[in-house]
Amino acid sequence: MGGYILKRLVSAIPVLFGITVIVFLIMAMIPGDPALAILGSYATPENVEKLNRDLGLDQPLVARYFIWLGNMLTGDFGRSFSLNRPVIDEVLDRFSATLILAGTSFVLCAIFGIAAGVVSAARQYGFADKAITFAVLLGISIPSFFLGMMMILLFAVRWKMLPVSGMYAIYGGGDLPDLLNHLIMPAIALAVVATGVVARLSRSAMLEVLRQDFVRTARAKGVREGRVIWGHALRAAMVSIIPVLGVQAGFVLSGAVYIEMVFQWPGVGRMLVDAILKRDILLVQGGVVFVAACYVMFNIAVDVAQSLLDPRIKT
Amino acid sequence: MSTALKLENLSKTFEVGKRMFRPPKAMVHAVRPITLEVEKGETLGIVGESGCGKSTLARMLVGLLDPTEGVIEIDGAALDNADPSEFGKKIQYVFQDPISSLNPRKSIKQVMEAPLKHLHGMDKVTRDARIREIFASVNLREEFLERYPHEFSGGQAQRIGIARALAADASTLILDEPVSALDVSVQAQVLNLLEKLKSDLGLTYLFISHDLAVVEAISTRVAVLYFGTLVELAQAEDIFRAPKHPYTKLLASSAPVVGRPLTNPEGKATDLPDPLNPPKGCAFAARCPKATDICRQSPPPLAVPTGEAGAHQVACYHPLEEGEQIFG
Amino acid sequence: MTFLKLLIRNRLAAAGAVVMALVLLLALITPILPLPDPDVTNTSNRFVKPFSEGHLLGTDHLGRDLLARLMYGTRLSLAVGIAAAIFAAIFGAAIGIIAGYFGGKTDNIIMRGVDMLMAFPYILLALAIVAALGPGLTNALIAVAAVNIPFFARNIRGVTVGIAHKEFVDAAKLAGEGHLRIILTEILPNVIPVIVIAMSTTIGWMILETAGLSFLGLGSQPPQADLGSMLGEARSALITNPHTSIVPGVMILIIVMAINLLGDGVRDALDPRLRSGALTRPRPSTAVARTSEIPKPRETGTMVLTDLETQFHVGQRVYKAVSKVSLHVEPGECLGVIGESGSGKSVTALSIMGLVASPPGVITGGSARYDETELIGAPYEKLRRYRGDKVAYIFQDPLATLHPLYTVGDQLCEAIRVHHKVSKKEAWQRAVALLKQVRIPNAEGRAKVYPHEMSGGMRQRVGIAMALANDPDVIIADEPTTALDVTVQAQILALLNDLRKERGLSIIFITHDFGVVAQLCDRVAVMYAGRIVETGPTQAVLDDAAHPYTRRLIACVPELGEGRRELHAIPGLPPAVDKLPAGCAFAPRCDKADALCQVGTIELEGNGTRAVRCIFPETKLSEDVA
Repeated sequence: MGGYILKRLVSAIPVLFGITVIVFLIMAMIPGDPALAILGSYATPENVEKLNRDLGLDQPLVARYFIWLGNMLTGDFGRSFSLNRPVIDEVLDRFSATLILAGTSFVLCAIFGIAAGVVSAARQYGFADKAITFAVLLGISIPSFFLGMMMILLFAVRWKMLPVSGMYAIYGGGDLPDLLNHLIMPAIALAVVATGVVARLSRSAMLEVLRQDFVRTARAKGVREGRVIWGHALRAAMVSIIPVLGVQAGFVLSGAVYIEMVFQWPGVGRMLVDAILKRDILLVQGGVVFVAACYVMFNIAVDVAQSLLDPRIKT
Repeated sequence: MSTALKLENLSKTFEVGKRMFRPPKAMVHAVRPITLEVEKGETLGIVGESGCGKSTLARMLVGLLDPTEGVIEIDGAALDNADPSEFGKKIQYVFQDPISSLNPRKSIKQVMEAPLKHLHGMDKVTRDARIREIFASVNLREEFLERYPHEFSGGQAQRIGIARALAADASTLILDEPVSALDVSVQAQVLNLLEKLKSDLGLTYLFISHDLAVVEAISTRVAVLYFGTLVELAQAEDIFRAPKHPYTKLLASSAPVVGRPLTNPEGKATDLPDPLNPPKGCAFAARCPKATDICRQSPPPLAVPTGEAGAHQVACYHPLEEGEQIFG
Repeated sequence: MTFLKLLIRNRLAAAGAVVMALVLLLALITPILPLPDPDVTNTSNRFVKPFSEGHLLGTDHLGRDLLARLMYGTRLSLAVGIAAAIFAAIFGAAIGIIAGYFGGKTDNIIMRGVDMLMAFPYILLALAIVAALGPGLTNALIAVAAVNIPFFARNIRGVTVGIAHKEFVDAAKLAGEGHLRIILTEILPNVIPVIVIAMSTTIGWMILETAGLSFLGLGSQPPQADLGSMLGEARSALITNPHTSIVPGVMILIIVMAINLLGDGVRDALDPRLRSGALTRPRPSTAVARTSEIPKPRETGTMVLTDLETQFHVGQRVYKAVSKVSLHVEPGECLGVIGESGSGKSVTALSIMGLVASPPGVITGGSARYDETELIGAPYEKLRRYRGDKVAYIFQDPLATLHPLYTVGDQLCEAIRVHHKVSKKEAWQRAVALLKQVRIPNAEGRAKVYPHEMSGGMRQRVGIAMALANDPDVIIADEPTTALDVTVQAQILALLNDLRKERGLSIIFITHDFGVVAQLCDRVAVMYAGRIVETGPTQAVLDDAAHPYTRRLIACVPELGEGRRELHAIPGLPPAVDKLPAGCAFAPRCDKADALCQVGTIELEGNGTRAVRCIFPETKLSEDVA
């Protein structure tokens, strides 16, 4: 097992390398002079030239890439000009907030999505199946940001059950119950779409598995139906559900950008949108590379989970 | 008699566990060097159990797989590494699964036209006439031409597969388990059709099957494959009646036959050798009651046993006498 | 044609199609509708409530007419979403087909690149692209299309790999077709349904995504607005004037929901597995819908079937897979049931314990008695207690019938512990003992192994061990050696025969092989088109078959040791069981048949030991009762 994890980690190196190349190339496509954007009204020709030299922008593309990569490997992601703060500090602060939000949503979507899919498949064409199918359809059709706005209107404005936005109350608070109170709405709004997708795929994976010969064997042995469904069939279906969970994690992370905007959640998504609008290139670069790297690591964990489940994958 | 098909040291090795910068983890010798000649107008049967390399061999012969080593000669001309459309005119293939060998989204007419158009460049009128001629020879009604593959039973689909192979006008056909997906009553129809086509059109067959009785019924000579190696080659009427290789003997006595009591010739559970870790000598040695030290040292060559006349070849250090019982 | 029919029959999909058509129509004719200019501001008229004079949906924070903005926004959102989907589908499919068809290095390089792009949470990539190109609707379109290309590419590649390895592609190569022609005429027609499915299920998603980028202020720029940017601009007035948010939000919901309904309908109509009912869940036991009384058993034995009838109901068609089949097996006896594919032999076997997949299977009549207990129509819990404990099955393909993710030992333990309250440890010991009984070498070690790590013969031994786990009285073996090589088959048959003698098991052995029947079975029943046409002691039937079908079928089987020869064949094909002719089903293929054979019902008649369903039997069955 240790060997397999190591192998997967090693195989992630070219992927991480590729990510930095892609991000760097996209950012290098930006027309105009970044120094102009940074300096704004202070952009005298001398200042621009000096800043370009300081930023290493007078160097050829390849050299710039390796300087940037080398700096990143030592933990130096550069300095955000709009926040006047090291990029890495800002990204780490913001990412922890995103992780709380997206992590909660991911757990919700995994649990409820799989459960709904299994129940739906086991009761195919029954009432539960129809109800779940309809709810799922609604869930994958509603824009998460619109759902979030409607939740604010109902639960925060009309019924005053939950805080409108933010991560902690401005006065007092700051403890765990306060955090949870603020977390409920955004986490649910974010989880809805992913839950729908997971439920759909779990349903079809289960239906596929339930037709297979080994399910008939289990029934021929006299195994109770509950165990046939939740033991034999679900376990086999998990082989195709787990990779979907890996992809959904990316979707949850992506959806977090909208939800952070709607609920004023101080996460990395909002930071990126602000940075793009302010043309703070180093912050965008650093943020994207950091989050993508974390996602790659998460997918390795998914692969490891898959290999634990399925002995046919050679470890 | 001239030679229709000649294989010289033909072999195929697959690499297992490819890695980027290092050599692959292991080599699997799916087919070990085989030298063989098939006479014009003959049916050479090839029998073997799953994993013996018979399908790999067949795919090499029609150019769907490149041999690792060795030469294939058809009608005296070497044909290795040529493109399949050149192969197509000389040698054709009839597939095991008749339904999946037909594109579900093409009508039978489109299927039949492909070889006529692309191999022989016939115009429409000539093509239609030729298709009618072929369909008549395989007892298929012309109305089938407008239909799609899912409308046919296995037996009919296999006739269409044979018709397509005939359309290429090749003189040699590789038949890869052509009847194993069919029921016995239909199987006999297809086998008899093949026999009739062969004598009418002067074809040469290489007939691959796992079913000994079918192979015996249709073949002139039979070759037995075990673990990628040719272990015995003889006339069809001799090979199962008086096998010389212990493996052939085992096969013949394992086949369930009406009127013979149930036997388990080996008396115990046995498996094929591990392809990733093949034995040094004869691959059958571990299962063979006659095996001695030399069998485990080096693989025996395929030859007529010393002191015997005829063409009955066997790859064994201790070939069986006629009537010798070693199992059960 | 069938596609459209299927689509319309699906009511939800039809509803989606109607809504979508309406929305598309409105979007198309928007410019000619009498609407105010959507971009004209009128700050004195801000936040007019819906249903006001002149402003059906009210106005926004700049006093612009919301209805007009909604219509133009819808137009824009639809155009962008659809364009992005088409763009992504074409590029993704092209990449996927090339990678999947050529395989090897080409595939490796392309898929590495695709994996790289998929290593980003997609919005990061979209944000990076927008950051580079600058905010704007066209750039948002490019970003959304670009991030979706890898999804299409991977999906289409998977399908292409499957098709490229099909035999008809090999056949096309041998027919002299070049790569381009093969891709265009052999691969593409088979991939297009998948592309259409992928597109129809992702178009809604793309509309959501472009709306999302606009919502963030990175898509369409003021004053032009799509639905997303309308929502984004309305957000600041959410609490005071929610209608400005609700109007565009609900519109997005309606559009995406209609597209998703339609997309699901398209998928269902195109997916061949759904059409053939392959994705319906089989119930825990076969449905029973009797059309007649439970018949009284006419024979005795451990298992007695009387007039069993099983059908498959697919749409309007009724396939009579098993028609009035009666069988019985005594303790220690082996009964062979022989027939060609489609003869109903396996369905008969599976009907006994209610294991025929249902839907579409329905048992419509008859009785199956085990030890005085009626099994057909028995409550599920009762049936379940008998399954594996009193009546056990051995199936054909041991790789498919064992669970791939549990060890062999665990699966055996489970079989024991379902019926007996024993500790895990004790069950394990019994499992190992069972493996020894079926002569598996190194049983302790093999118990810890997964099915895929065993050879076919070893797996089938495990299948037999599982059937023996609770010492059943009856074993139903459904073609247990068909997937095995002859040398292994001989081992398995000998093992079954030994076990039967040691334990006095009753075996019902389903096969298509006369050789196997001859060697193993005491009595044999021959099935044709769902009916038993002949039954009797194996030796007597083989030596002197009474039914013309039996006789001719035996003649078809080539026997080893007779050298090269012409084989006997039966012309024609067995009838389809949804269109059975009156009288004898074999009559159209039989050279003895006359007009009498094709009317009424021909009964199975005999003398106690042998019986035949034929007016002109090949041999006269003696009258004396054995």
